[in-house]
Amino acid sequence: MTDITNAPAVPRKATSTELVAASLKRRRRKQIRLQWIGLGAISIAFLMLFILVASLVSTGWQAFTQTHVTLEVYVDPEEVPEDRLPRGGFRDVLGASMGQMLPDVDMSARETARAVEGILSNGAQFELRDRVVADPSLIGQTFTMTVPVSDPYDQLNKGLIERETEEVNRRVKDNEIAWFDTLADSGAISKPFNWGLFTNADSRFPELAGLKGALVGSFWALLTCFLISFPLAIGAAIYLEEFAPKNKLSDFIEVNINNLAAVPSVVFGLLALAVFIGWFGMPRSAPFVGGLTLALMTMPTIIIATRAALKAVPPSIREAALGLGASKQQVVFQHVLPLAMPGILTGTIIGLAQALGETAPLLLIGMNAFITSAASSPFDSSTALPTQIFIWADSPERGFVSRTSAAILVLLGFLVTMNAIAIYFRQKFERKW
Amino acid sequence: MNNMRKIERDVKMTDTKITARSVNVHYGDTHAIKDVDVNIADKTVTAFIGPSGCGKSTFLRCLNRMNDTIDICRVTGEIKIDDKDINHKSVDPVQLRAQVGMVFQKPNPFPKSIYDNIAYGPRIHGLSKSKSELDEIVERALRRGAIWDEVKDRLDQPGTGLSGGQQQRLCIARAVATEPEVLLMDEPCSALDPIATAQVEELIDELRQDYSVVIVTHSMQQAARVSQKTAFFHLGNLVEFNDTGEIFTNPSDPRTESYITGRIG
Repeated sequence: MTDITNAPAVPRKATSTELVAASLKRRRRKQIRLQWIGLGAISIAFLMLFILVASLVSTGWQAFTQTHVTLEVYVDPEEVPEDRLPRGGFRDVLGASMGQMLPDVDMSARETARAVEGILSNGAQFELRDRVVADPSLIGQTFTMTVPVSDPYDQLNKGLIERETEEVNRRVKDNEIAWFDTLADSGAISKPFNWGLFTNADSRFPELAGLKGALVGSFWALLTCFLISFPLAIGAAIYLEEFAPKNKLSDFIEVNINNLAAVPSVVFGLLALAVFIGWFGMPRSAPFVGGLTLALMTMPTIIIATRAALKAVPPSIREAALGLGASKQQVVFQHVLPLAMPGILTGTIIGLAQALGETAPLLLIGMNAFITSAASSPFDSSTALPTQIFIWADSPERGFVSRTSAAILVLLGFLVTMNAIAIYFRQKFERKW
Repeated sequence: MNNMRKIERDVKMTDTKITARSVNVHYGDTHAIKDVDVNIADKTVTAFIGPSGCGKSTFLRCLNRMNDTIDICRVTGEIKIDDKDINHKSVDPVQLRAQVGMVFQKPNPFPKSIYDNIAYGPRIHGLSKSKSELDEIVERALRRGAIWDEVKDRLDQPGTGLSGGQQQRLCIARAVATEPEVLLMDEPCSALDPIATAQVEELIDELRQDYSVVIVTHSMQQAARVSQKTAFFHLGNLVEFNDTGEIFTNPSDPRTESYITGRIG
């Protein structure tokens, strides 16, 4: 006791509490810094997403409306004789009714007449033809008809062609603007929702071009992809996870499935071109071949998701069933697979969403062809949503700029919907053990 | 009268249901069970006790070949139920497991209705020809599992919605629904509270009338309460096997004595 009190004063060693207190400030600072970095990263990601969506919406929203003109059409029996109906002069009929709406314009000059007719979309005469062919009693009658205007006037109406621009640099000349304004003043011009974007197939004329062909093509391709990849991938996953012996070969297969999921999609496209089209002689540009190609890509994703879902089923359920005398196959199909289904479906939907947005393999098998009618079977030539975007992005007409953005928005809409369904499945059927 | 019944019971206890001879189990390089010989009597509760990792559960799982499902597990030696070698090529483990039911440590009802939980075994084995027959089997099994009164009004509700003790009795009912001859229980009460444990123990005692029950337990009190025979395992060896009373009052092996007095474990 005395020894201690009399000992020379040595510098006292800091206690551990003091050491902890000293380091506390530094550690807290580090943590705060990390939190800020994380917050910054997320903000940048959100900003990028916002810029992407904002730029798409700002250019794309115009494509969801289409300028139309409402006409009083008199189907002149002289222009459209009943005996050769489909080849009647429907264009002249429309020209005549345009002339009536613009009484100040001298339609006798051929060039002027052509220019006035040019206000209407090229598709207007076919729309009129179809109506008259369907109902020949319209010949000699007068009725009203609302048809799209051609792209330059649509742009003018939407303010994308500015009136202040010098005439030589403008696609719509001063006199044409005057005609359009006359029509607008008479109340003939309207701008309804552009249903044509969803009900028309592709066209050379932007005002007529729609996504129907692409939507139908994507639908057939995804259906093929699902019908082929889903059963095959689940079968493969069940075999690998539940029945395959664990040896070098199954390890090798597992590694290669993981590698397959990482193979660039263009490689699958080349493979499909060489094997499906070159070797098996399947049709070009067909959604069926596109679906097969996408199935090759989706399969590894579904296999991996299925195996994870099967692994997540607790062993106690397997033991319970085995203990009752269920065979291995009964355990898998009556207990494990139903419990793994939500996880499998989630993985499948995410795989299909990936496939929906995939472009490169479809380009290689020719699904970027110009096709003006929707495919009626998976073996008809067709485009798909991403390849349609690719085609439109490449088109020179101004009208395709906003349509490209609109098509991207439609594609993104489908992707978000599919992912939302996947999340819904996961949440609804998630099981706590 | 009482004496007579006691004699009757003793006679029955001598009927051997399961015989195991020089059973060895290897998990990869680990020698989990070393040369175990044991005779398990019919209409008796036999308890396996011993410290963690001593191999008692592993040995239990040999009796219905549940170890087959583990790739690295290798079982040698001879196990006979009613003089039939269960490891023989001609024996299908599926058939064996219908004959030897099992209840697990954690209650593991299927995420299906109570009815379907019980009916699953009879269905896959084709034990009933009609719906009404199946209804009878389910009711009988639930009565045997001492849970009928609690669930008879909600047979269509999920088995996973029951309390832990009810779930375990449901699992026992599920196991007896396939009319097994032997019932294996792997620490059936370790996840249950004392009240549920008491109910399950009471049930085990009743089940003894019809089955040969083998129970693995961590609790020596439980072994003493429910079993007539006790086997003490230590480091993969069957150290001692005797009447439960003998094991707990007069153990012949010093290791058994150390365990039951709490010195090893």
